Amino acid sequence: MTAITDRQKLQYIAAQAADARVNVELEAEGMTLNIGPQHPATHGTLRIVARLDGEQVIAAEPIPGYMHRGYEKLTEVRTYAQVTALVNRIDWLGSFANEVPFILAAEQLMGVEAPPRAQWIRTLLFEMARISNLILFLGDMAVQLGAVTPAFFAFRDREYVLDQIERVTGGRFHPNFDRIGGLKDDLPQGWLADTKATMDKVRAFCDEIENLLMGAEIFQARTRGVGVIPPDVAQQYGLSGANARASGIDWDLRRDQPNGMVYPELDWKVWTHPDGDSFARFWVRLQETREAANIVEQCCDGVPGGPIMAKVPRIIKVPAGEAYVSTENPLGEMGYYVVSKGDLTPFRVKIRSASFNNVSIAPWILRGVYVPDIITILASLYFILGDIDR
Amino acid sequence: MSGAVLGIQMAYWQETLLKLGVGLAAVLLLTGGAVYLYLFKFVSFMQSRLGPMEAGPYGSLQLLAEVGKWLQKEDIFTENADRFIFGLAPAIVLSSTFLMFVVIPAGPSAVIADLGTGIYYVLAMSSLSVLGILMAGWASANKYALLGGLRAAGQLIAYELPLVLAVIGVVIQAGSLNLQDIVAAQSTGSIFGWDGIGSPYILTQFVAFGIFMIAVQAELTQTPFDMPIAESELVAGYQVEYTGIRFLVYFISEFATAVGFAAVASTLFLGGWALPASWGLSNGVMHVVGPLMISTKAILLVGVVFWARFSLPRFREDQLQTLAWKFMIPIALVNIVVTAVLKVAF
Repeated sequence: MTAITDRQKLQYIAAQAADARVNVELEAEGMTLNIGPQHPATHGTLRIVARLDGEQVIAAEPIPGYMHRGYEKLTEVRTYAQVTALVNRIDWLGSFANEVPFILAAEQLMGVEAPPRAQWIRTLLFEMARISNLILFLGDMAVQLGAVTPAFFAFRDREYVLDQIERVTGGRFHPNFDRIGGLKDDLPQGWLADTKATMDKVRAFCDEIENLLMGAEIFQARTRGVGVIPPDVAQQYGLSGANARASGIDWDLRRDQPNGMVYPELDWKVWTHPDGDSFARFWVRLQETREAANIVEQCCDGVPGGPIMAKVPRIIKVPAGEAYVSTENPLGEMGYYVVSKGDLTPFRVKIRSASFNNVSIAPWILRGVYVPDIITILASLYFILGDIDR
Repeated sequence: MSGAVLGIQMAYWQETLLKLGVGLAAVLLLTGGAVYLYLFKFVSFMQSRLGPMEAGPYGSLQLLAEVGKWLQKEDIFTENADRFIFGLAPAIVLSSTFLMFVVIPAGPSAVIADLGTGIYYVLAMSSLSVLGILMAGWASANKYALLGGLRAAGQLIAYELPLVLAVIGVVIQAGSLNLQDIVAAQSTGSIFGWDGIGSPYILTQFVAFGIFMIAVQAELTQTPFDMPIAESELVAGYQVEYTGIRFLVYFISEFATAVGFAAVASTLFLGGWALPASWGLSNGVMHVVGPLMISTKAILLVGVVFWARFSLPRFREDQLQTLAWKFMIPIALVNIVVTAVLKVAF
C-alpha cells in the first residue's frame, strides 16, 4: 500500500475535481478515476474521485451534493402537517421511518402523546419500512458484487411488504401517514393477519439470500476482511445503525432511546458482529431483517384497541421551543432538531441523516483498496443518496 | 482440386463458398438460439420473471427486434477516440470468433477446413480476441474502458494456460490434434473392454473437462469472471463507448464465442458429432444427424455457462489470478502427468 495519507493529497484531488478535467486526460503517474455522479454503483448521484495506482486506490474523496433538494430550508415554509410529505423523500426506500422522528419532535414540543394504538401501529409500520429498505439492500449488495439474480428476488419479495404498506397508507413508497398526535387512518380489516403471512415470506427471502448469496465462497472471498472499520474509528466518524453494530458497537436507539415507540414491550435482540468488515455489515442487516419480521409479528399480536389520534387542535401551532428526537432508522440514526417560534411553520429544522455520516468514512476506508472493493465497501456501507444530500 | 459434398461433385471454390455460407448461417442460428433460450428465457425463469413475451410466440422474435434496434442506433465515435483502431477492434474480436468455427467438425465431411493441427488452431484463434479487446480499451480514450481492457488482457492470458493444459490431456489420450480424429477416437474407444457407448473423454478426462469449462467461463468474460465488463464497477469496461452496430458486433461475438467453445468442449469431451460407439460413423445418415448432435451438445454446454453466469457473484481480479495460477494450472499439470503415465502403462 502506498502510504499517502495526508490531507494535502485529498486537497489535490478536490482541486483537480474542481478543474473538471478528471476523466479527460491521463496523468503521468497513476490515474484519477471519476466514479459518478452517474454510475451504476452509486445508487443515485454520489461522486467519488479516486486516485489510483494501477488498480489500487491511493486516495478517494466522496463528493455529495448532486441531489441536494434543500429540505431543511423547504420545511421553513411548510406547516407541520405538510413536512411529512416532504421528508418522506429523504430515505426513499424506508419512507415511513423518515416521518416518525419529525412527528415525535413536534409532539414533544406540543406536549402531546399519541394513544397506545397509534404507538403500536407506528412501531409496526416503522419496522415494515425497515424491512422494505433492508430487503433491497440484501439484493443490491449481490448486484454490486456481480450476481444479478438475487436482486430480482429482492424486488419480488419487497413488493409483498410494499403491498401491505400500501393497503394501510395508500402509498407504496411515500405513505405520508404519520400525524402529530397519532396516525391518519386506522388499519384496514384483515390487515394484521395478512401482514403476519407476509412476514413468513420475508423470512423465506432471508433464508434464500443466506443460502444463495451469503454462503457462496465467492461472496465471502469478496467481502470478508474487505473494508474493516474498527469500533473506535466508527465512533469517530459518527457511524450509526448497522454499520456501527457490524463493528461491534452495541448501540441501537430502538433499545436505548425508545421515545414514543413500543420497543421496550417487545421481545427482540440487537445484533452485533465483531469483525467490522463488509461481510459483517451484510450479516448484521440480514439478521436485522429477520428481527424486524419478528417485531412486526409481535406488534400484529399486541396492537391494543382504542383511538388512533390524540386530541390535537385542527390548526397546529407548535409552542416556541427546541427539540431533538432521533430514531433508529433503516440506515442508522436519523434525527430532527426542530426549532419553533410558535408559528404555523417550523423556524428551523436540522436533519441529521444517517447516510451522510456513514459515507463520510469513505476517504478513510477506501485508502489502499482495489477498485472492485470500492464498490463492495460502498455497497456494504449502504447509503441512499436522498439521505446524504437531503 | 475438387471435392464432393453429399455426393455432388463441385469445384473447390464452390465447395468452400458453400461451406462458409452454411457455417455462417449455422453459427448465427445457434448463437441466436442460445441468446433467446438462455439470455432471454432461462434466465428470466431463474429470476422469477417472464422475459420477452410480446414479439412472436413466447417472445421468440425478440432477438430480431433487438438487432433491428441496434442497427438503427447512431454510430458514435467519442471525441478523443483513435477512430481507426476504435472501429477495427470489434471486427478483430468478431473474426477471431468466426475463425474458431473453421475447424470444428459437425459431421463426417461437414468441416470447413480439416486441419491436422485442429485444436491448436482453435486455441490460437480464440486468443486473438484479446488483441481486439485491448485495442478497444485503449482507443476508446476512456478510463473505464482502459481498466476493462487491461483487466481483460490479464485475465484472458492467465486463462489461456489452463485451457491449453486441459486440452493436452485429451490430445494425449486421442494421440492427435485433429478434431475429426479426436471424435473418432472417442466413438470407437471402449470402457474396460465394453464398447457400448464408445469412450467419451468426459469419463476419463473429467478433471480436464472441469478446468476447461471454468477457463472457458473466464475466456468468455462471463460471471464469475466478468471483471473486464463488470457493469457495477466499470459500467461496461472496454465496451463502454460502443454503440449501435459496433456494440452488436461485440454482443454477437460474445455469444458466438460461447457457442464456439461449447462446440469445442463437446467435441473434445462429449464425443462431438458422433453417435456413441461408432454407430454409423461413416454412414450417410451422419451427414444429417452429426450437425444435430453437436448442436444439441453445444447448446446444452452453453446452458451450463449461462447457469453459472446468473448464479454466482464476481471474483476480484487478484482472486481470479490466484485461482488460475495456484489451483487450475497445477491441477491441469497433474492431470497431464497422470494421463501420460496411464497412456504409457495401458
